[in-house]
Amino acid sequence: MTGLKHKTLTHLERLEAESIHIMREVVAEAANPVMLYSVGKDSAVMLHLARKAFYPSPPPFPLLHVDTTWKFKDMYALRDKAARDAGMDLLVHHNPEAEERGINPFDHGPLHTDMWKTEGLKQALDKFGFDAAFGGARRDEEKSRAKERIFSFRTASHGWDPKNQRPELWNLYNARKAKGESIRVFPLSNWTELDIWQYIHLENIEIVPLYFAAKRPTYMWEGQLFMADDIERLEQVMGRKPEITERNIRFRTLGCFPLTGAVESDAATLPEIIQEMLLTTTSERQGRVIDKDGGDASMEKKKQEGYF
Amino acid sequence: MSDAPSMASAGKPDDAIYQTDALIAEDIDAYLEAHQHKTMLRFITCGSVDDGKSTLIGRLLYDAKMIFEDQLAALEADSKRVGTQGQEIDFALLVDGLAAEREQGITIDVAYRFFATEKRKFIVADCPGHEQYTRNMVTGASTADLAVILIDARKGVLVQTRRHSYLCHLLGIRNIVLAVNKMDLVDYSQEVFDAIVADYDAFAKEIGIESYVAMPISGFKGDNITTLSANMPWYRGTPLVEHLETVEVNSARDIDKPLRMQVQWVNRPNLDFRGFSGLIASGSVRPGDAVRVLPSGKTSTVSRIVLFDRDLEEAVAGQSVTICLADEVDCSRGDVIAAADAPPQVSDQFEATLVWMDDEAMHVGRAYWLKLGAQTVSVTVQAPKYEINVNTMQHLAAKTLGLNAIGVAEIATDKPITFEPYAENRALGGFILIDKLSNRTVAAGMLHFSLRRAQNVHWQPTDISRDTHAAMKNQTPRVLWFTGLSGSGKSTIANEVEKRLNVMNRHTFLLDGDNVRHGLNKDLGFTEADRIENIRRVGEVAKLMTDAGLIVLTAFISPFRAERQMVREMLADGEFIEIFVDTPLEVAEARDVKGLYKKAREGKLKNFTGIDSPYEAPEMPEIRVNTVEMTVEEAAEHIIRQILPLK
Repeated sequence: MTGLKHKTLTHLERLEAESIHIMREVVAEAANPVMLYSVGKDSAVMLHLARKAFYPSPPPFPLLHVDTTWKFKDMYALRDKAARDAGMDLLVHHNPEAEERGINPFDHGPLHTDMWKTEGLKQALDKFGFDAAFGGARRDEEKSRAKERIFSFRTASHGWDPKNQRPELWNLYNARKAKGESIRVFPLSNWTELDIWQYIHLENIEIVPLYFAAKRPTYMWEGQLFMADDIERLEQVMGRKPEITERNIRFRTLGCFPLTGAVESDAATLPEIIQEMLLTTTSERQGRVIDKDGGDASMEKKKQEGYF
Repeated sequence: MSDAPSMASAGKPDDAIYQTDALIAEDIDAYLEAHQHKTMLRFITCGSVDDGKSTLIGRLLYDAKMIFEDQLAALEADSKRVGTQGQEIDFALLVDGLAAEREQGITIDVAYRFFATEKRKFIVADCPGHEQYTRNMVTGASTADLAVILIDARKGVLVQTRRHSYLCHLLGIRNIVLAVNKMDLVDYSQEVFDAIVADYDAFAKEIGIESYVAMPISGFKGDNITTLSANMPWYRGTPLVEHLETVEVNSARDIDKPLRMQVQWVNRPNLDFRGFSGLIASGSVRPGDAVRVLPSGKTSTVSRIVLFDRDLEEAVAGQSVTICLADEVDCSRGDVIAAADAPPQVSDQFEATLVWMDDEAMHVGRAYWLKLGAQTVSVTVQAPKYEINVNTMQHLAAKTLGLNAIGVAEIATDKPITFEPYAENRALGGFILIDKLSNRTVAAGMLHFSLRRAQNVHWQPTDISRDTHAAMKNQTPRVLWFTGLSGSGKSTIANEVEKRLNVMNRHTFLLDGDNVRHGLNKDLGFTEADRIENIRRVGEVAKLMTDAGLIVLTAFISPFRAERQMVREMLADGEFIEIFVDTPLEVAEARDVKGLYKKAREGKLKNFTGIDSPYEAPEMPEIRVNTVEMTVEEAAEHIIRQILPLK
């Protein structure tokens, strides 16, 4: 060799290379891939990596948003812009049954997630015949995810069998499947929350403004702090007008606005967010109500039923 | 977090090593700048819960502040409810993620954990230690730069220590840490430690481990984890975390090797751009470098290295990039772009070590998919030369490999692949085998070397093509593959079909199961392996006959779907016509033309299909004939009508 001093890859460069490699494998081996896009920070990183992986081509698959109609307004705005910027098709799916029955987070509890997200996702994948779907889940998020493969195999009815996972060696992914079966692929498996934030900072990736602290209208519900994103609609389903207070808040994670707890914060820049995250003492998903119902195996159970 | 209940307070993390709250609070930009230059190390921990593996991982996460208050609270609650450590925190619960694992108190699967220090990010593959989970350990080891092999100081080197060391060595992990744990329970005795290391040393040399680092630690008390322990002043080495922070990672080592990049995807957005996307497996590349594309051997030079909206001056092992070449060279998925003056080898026959990972044992002679990087080919595996006892390292004679068995065997691919011995390059020497029907990953393998005969046997080109042969006979070659139970009527119907085809001036040949076993296959019996080989040979003969332009009829029980599929894949698309002679077992047994069912029922005939050996009926045969409802003539007529026209 030339004796030149070569660069040493940083952990973010290695993670980036791994994610890009995963995406290219899927595109090479799957017949009809799609990227699940939830508009959160992990989705933002995943989309950015997809753009890098296939540049100068646009990513050769569409984005799919399985919508609940209860997301924050800012999320819908960024969703449409991000798809446009990437030159990708955006598919939005609403579960027609949930729409018709008016399923909402106040009256229907866990059914809200089940109908809009789990059922909605299955419907959308079946409807378009996608055989591989990228998701932004990370192994550091939750215990059962720590054991899930990067290429996670699903039966024709979208079930996950944690005891019957394919061994995954080196960077060799077995993407073969029978007709009707599909694969969920997690290119961010080995990223941590800190990695995600650092990468957003380093690569200047656009994220929903709600991650940054600002004065926003808030209300308390069952002991948690929420943002009143659509006051009229809240009033309709709650049957009363919640007591609104202006507070300096931001979000560590984003989902349906009546289900996503806010934190009081002054962190208005990325370094400040990272700072706050590093000094905080509770894990990220605590702001989400979804993991808690159903005991300590609730995410595992949801995944077996087809949740991402 | 200082009030965590049972984490012993000795060996409090040194704030100089770990992320300091002070720096984060005072100068986040400086912290971020430092963190962005961290490198990454992937390692595996080997040992069982008894060795304190989970406690060690829990300690590393805890010291690195990777356990949040809410997680700790949940862990405390879980520990009291289902833990095995009494009132103390059971760190195994933190690591065992699946409900089944927590309920049964065992680790089934590999879990990946993450933590970071000031210098590095770490990914820990936490693997179960028992022998029945060998495949899981191999999986975890495949991506590791380093292995921590745990030994309980009270127990010394055990059979499982040998097994774990052997597997790590087999998977090519060069950095091994022998962590003698629970030193607090042997009074931090240097004699105990030295005796264990001496014992291990003899074994390590025996299996070819060139170097390792031995450390006396206590995961529970925190001795020699982040700082040197005052309890063991006699230990002159570094604490575990410092070693993990400074040891060389694989990708750094791979940079100094010649360039290899497997092409995953050809990027062609428009006529002006044609790039080859892949992950650089070894070496480095700069624009202007001379490269060679394998297996074709064509050369060119690198014109651009693209990563998003900027071009790179240099790309190195471990990076995913898109390379553009100066010339219009034929190059597609599975090809390897390599240094022009040091290309890898190309071959189609190899010796390899296989780790069997499926409940269903290896079928000698059956065709599997082999995936090596972006190359996927069809392979057959010979009977193992030997199996390795993973506890004693002895070589045992073996006819096949079952779940978790490790053995050495020869494999043949249906077309040449570009490779390097695994010991030199993991990415070009490591592969998986995939079952063609179930699509399960059934084995992992490591290539040793190419067998010389593959290099010396070449295809001889012939001038009269198969199309010419077929045209001379004025027909389209076909293989009419009759399958069904013994006594179902395969030979009788096939014979009738052949007679009718001859009347129609078709050139045919009938390969009958019984007849072939008198000659070509007289060395084969009726075990599963022999049945597979029987069908493989018949498939090859049928293929030669179609090359000669013939319509081939075969009458074989051919009970296994996989072998019928194998023959289908040997032939051109549409050439293989599977005819299922569908006769229920009761009917075939009642006919018992050759008296074989009677013998099988009396136990005088072993491995008889339908009695003590399975028949896997075709799921979607091209043609099905029901011999209960149809006469021989009707069945033959039905088949002829389906296969016409034949030109």
